[in-house]
Amino acid sequence: MKYAFSFLAVIALILIAGLGSQIPGMQYFFGVAIPYLAIMLFVGGFVYRVMQWAKSPVPFSIPTTCGQGASLDFIKQDKLDCPTKTSEVVARMFLEIFLFRSLFRNTKSEIHNGPKVTYESSKWLWLFGLLFHYSFLLIVIRHMRLFIDPIPFWLSAIESVDSMLQIGAPTLYLSSVTLLGGIALLFGRRLVNRHVRYISLNNDYFPLVLIFAIALTGILMRYFLRNNIDIITIKTLAMGLVTFSPVISAKIGAIFYIHLFLVSILLAYFPFSKLMHMGGVFMSPTRNMANDSRAKRHINPWNDPEIKPHSYAGYEDEFREFMVDAGIPVEKELSAVQDEA
Amino acid sequence: MAVPKLEQLSKSVVQGPSLATGAIPTKDWMDIPAIFKPGNYAYQAKKEKVEYLNSQKDLQFPNAREWSPEDDDWKLPEDWKDIILKGLKERLDKFRSLKIFMDCCVRCGACADKCHFFLGTGDPKNMPVLRAELLRSIYRNDFTLGGKLLGKMAGAREMTVGVLKEWFMYSYQCTECRRCSVFCPYGIDTAEVTMMLRELLHLVGVGINWILEPASNSNRTGNHMGLQPHTFKDNVDFLADDVENLTGIKINHSFNRKGAEVLFITPSADVFAEPGLYTAMGYLLLFEHIGLDYTFSTYASEGGNFGLFTNNELMKKLNGKMYAEAKRLGVKYIIGGECGHMWRVIHQYMDTMNGPADFLEVPKSSITGTTFHNAASTKMVHISEFTADLIKNGKLKLDKSRNAHVKATFHDSCNPARAMGLMDEPRYILDHVVDNWVEMPENTIREQTFCCGSGTGLNTDEIMELRMRSGLPRANAVKHVIDKHDVNTLSCVCAIDRATLTSLMNYWNPGCKVCGVSELVGNALVMDGENRQELDEGLRTLV
Repeated sequence: MKYAFSFLAVIALILIAGLGSQIPGMQYFFGVAIPYLAIMLFVGGFVYRVMQWAKSPVPFSIPTTCGQGASLDFIKQDKLDCPTKTSEVVARMFLEIFLFRSLFRNTKSEIHNGPKVTYESSKWLWLFGLLFHYSFLLIVIRHMRLFIDPIPFWLSAIESVDSMLQIGAPTLYLSSVTLLGGIALLFGRRLVNRHVRYISLNNDYFPLVLIFAIALTGILMRYFLRNNIDIITIKTLAMGLVTFSPVISAKIGAIFYIHLFLVSILLAYFPFSKLMHMGGVFMSPTRNMANDSRAKRHINPWNDPEIKPHSYAGYEDEFREFMVDAGIPVEKELSAVQDEA
Repeated sequence: MAVPKLEQLSKSVVQGPSLATGAIPTKDWMDIPAIFKPGNYAYQAKKEKVEYLNSQKDLQFPNAREWSPEDDDWKLPEDWKDIILKGLKERLDKFRSLKIFMDCCVRCGACADKCHFFLGTGDPKNMPVLRAELLRSIYRNDFTLGGKLLGKMAGAREMTVGVLKEWFMYSYQCTECRRCSVFCPYGIDTAEVTMMLRELLHLVGVGINWILEPASNSNRTGNHMGLQPHTFKDNVDFLADDVENLTGIKINHSFNRKGAEVLFITPSADVFAEPGLYTAMGYLLLFEHIGLDYTFSTYASEGGNFGLFTNNELMKKLNGKMYAEAKRLGVKYIIGGECGHMWRVIHQYMDTMNGPADFLEVPKSSITGTTFHNAASTKMVHISEFTADLIKNGKLKLDKSRNAHVKATFHDSCNPARAMGLMDEPRYILDHVVDNWVEMPENTIREQTFCCGSGTGLNTDEIMELRMRSGLPRANAVKHVIDKHDVNTLSCVCAIDRATLTSLMNYWNPGCKVCGVSELVGNALVMDGENRQELDEGLRTLV
C-alpha cells in the first residue's frame, strides 16, 4: 500500500497550508518565505545535481546503437538511431526529449502455450507520458502571465488555443483536463500493470499524487472557488515575488496558499528525486554520444597508460622452445638465449 | 544439475508461477533472499586462477580462497562492506553513466519485459529495472539525501551480506546485451550496472570460474582456450589441411610474420571447436581467394576479451595485446573476425584504452582500394565490412548454388547490433552467398535482437537450465521461421553465439544448424585451380 502513504502525505501538506495560512501573520510565511525557500532549493539543487553529474567524466564512448552505423558507401546509415555527426546526435536527442521516441518503440511481450513468445506494440505509456508532460508544460507556461506585465502576445495566443473549445465560463483550459487525465492514467498504470506495480516505490507515487493535488487546487480556484480569490492581488504577489518586493494582501483565500505550498513542495522535492530525469535525459551517454569511436579517438581522463599487456617478450620466454619447434618465428633464437645464460 | 526435459520446461515457462506469467509475488523483493543451489549459479572461481590474476602487474583480484556460493559463510574480508562502499564511491566518480543511471530511473517499467532472462525465468529481479534497483537501493542509502533521511521509505536499504549474495546471483543472470537500453526513455543501460556490480564483487573475491579461467588463459597463452603457440598453429594448420582435402586449394597462411600487411585476429574458439571451425575455414578460403598478405599471431590469438566481463583493468590489459602485436609485426592494419563482445571492446573501448594506434595506417583494402574511414582511428576492420566491400567491388567469385543445402536466417549478435551498428553488412553478404535466407520477426532482430542467453561468460554447463530459459526468446523466434519457412541454418557473426546457439538449438529446435556468415562465404567461393569434391554440406561435408 505504498500509494496510500503518498495520499496521506499530500493530505497532511494540504492541512498544513490550509490551516497554517489562516493563522494571523502566517500569510507572509506561506506566501513569501516558503516560495522563496523552495525556489532556492530548486535552482540550487538542480544546478548542484547537474554539476555533480558533470564532475564525473564519460570514460568511454558508449552510445546504444539502434540502427545501422556509418560504414561503407553502399550501406545506408541510420542517421537518427546511429548518429555520427553532432547534428545527427542533436536530432536523436530532440526526438528523444520532445517526442519520447524510445517509449514509442515499446512492446508488450507475452508467453503463450507452446511455448510461444509474442510481442505487440504497446504505446500506452508513451501516450500517457506525452499527455502528462505536455499538459504540465503548457500549464507552467500559462502561469507566466502572473509574472509578466504586460502579458505578451504569444502567451495570450497559447491561452486561447488551450481554451479553444469555449466550454463554460471562465473557459475551460484543455490542459487542465489532460493533466488530470494523464496523471490518473499514469497512476492507474502503476496499479494495474503487474510489473510496474511490483517495482513502484513511494518515490513513484508521491510526485503523481502531489501534482494531481496541485492541479486540482488550481482548477478549484479557477472554476469553483472564485469568491475566495482575487486574481489581481495574486498577480500583485507574484510580480512582487519576482521583483523581490512581495506584498501580501488579506484578500487571498486558503485555497491559494494550499496550491502555492504544494507547488513549493514540488520545487523543493524536485532536485532530490527521480524528477531529475528532466536534467538527466540530456546527459545520458548512451543517447547523447556519436557512434564514431572507431573513427575518432575518445579520451578517458583517468586512463592509466601504465597498464600494459603481458609482454610479448615474457610470452616468448615461456614458450620459445615450442615456438622454434613449430617453426614459428621468434625474436631471440634458442642459441642466443643459451649464450646469455 | 540435470536439465529439465523439453516438455517440462515448455510448460514451466508458460505456467510456472512467476511475474512473467502473471503471478505477482506476495513479498516485497527486498524481503526475498537469494538462495544458491546446484544449477542456479555458475561455479565460483578456482583459488589458483584468482591468485594468478592477482599476481599480475596492474591487476587486483584479492581474497583468493576456497569457497562456495552455497555456503552461508563466503569468507569475505573483514572490512568487505567498507571495500564495497568505497568501490562504489570510486566508480560513481569515474563513470557519469553510473551516476545518471542511478539517479534518473522513474521505474516506468518499459524495460521490464525486454530482458530475455526475465522472459525465460519470470524472476522479478531479472527485470532490468529491478536488477538496477539492487544497486540503486544501496546507492540511495549511502549516497543520497533522501535515502539517508527516509531510509526504506525512499527505497533505500543497508548493504548486507544478503545484498551481496543477491548481487552475485543477478549480475550473473545478465548478459550485458543492452536490449533494455534501447527501450529506456533515458537510455539507462543495464550492462553498465552489471559491469559495476561485477567489478565491485571482484573487490571482495567473488567471481566465477568460467570467466576468470579463460581470462587467465588469455593473459598467459594469448587465447582463452589456453592454446600454447604450437597448438594454436597446429589447429589452424589442421583446418588448412581440411580445406585442401575438400577443395584442392593449398592455403598459404602464416604466424607471427613480420611485415605482413594485415594482422588477423579472431576468437580462438574459431580454431578450436565446431561449428566455429567451419567459419575459420571460411576465413582461410576468403583470404586465399584474394591473395591477402596477412598473418595470424599466436601471442594475440584471442579476439574475445574476458576482461570485459570482470573489470576495466583486466579488459585493458588483455586488449593491449592487439596493438602491441600489430606494432611488433609492423603490419598496416588489423582485421578482426566474427565475434560479439570482442567488437564491443574494439569499437567502443580499444582506441580509448590502448590507442592511439599511430603506428598503423588508416585501413585501406589493397584488393579494392577502399579506405575504411569508419575505422580511421582504431585501424581495425570487421571481417563483414571487409567482405561486403570485396563483394561490392566484384572481387569474389561466388556461386550461391553451393549453399543450396542452406535455408538460413540471421541472428544479430547483441554487441555488433547495439554497441556498433553493424547490421546490414552481414545481410549484404548473405544476399550474395545464399539463395535462401529469411528474417526472423522484427521485434527479435537488429537493435531489438535477443541475446543467445549465454553471453558475458555464462556459457557454462552447470547453469544449462538457466541458459535454455534465457535463450527462449531467441530460440522461439528461430522456431517461428523454421515452422514458416523451413529454415535449417541459423547464421550469425559471433563466436560465443556459435557455441551457445548450438546448445540452444539442440534443446529447443533440434536439427537447426548454427554457422558463421564467413562459413557460408567459404562454401560459396569459386577458387581458381580448385579441385572440389561433391560438397553437399559445404565445408562441413565429410570426405
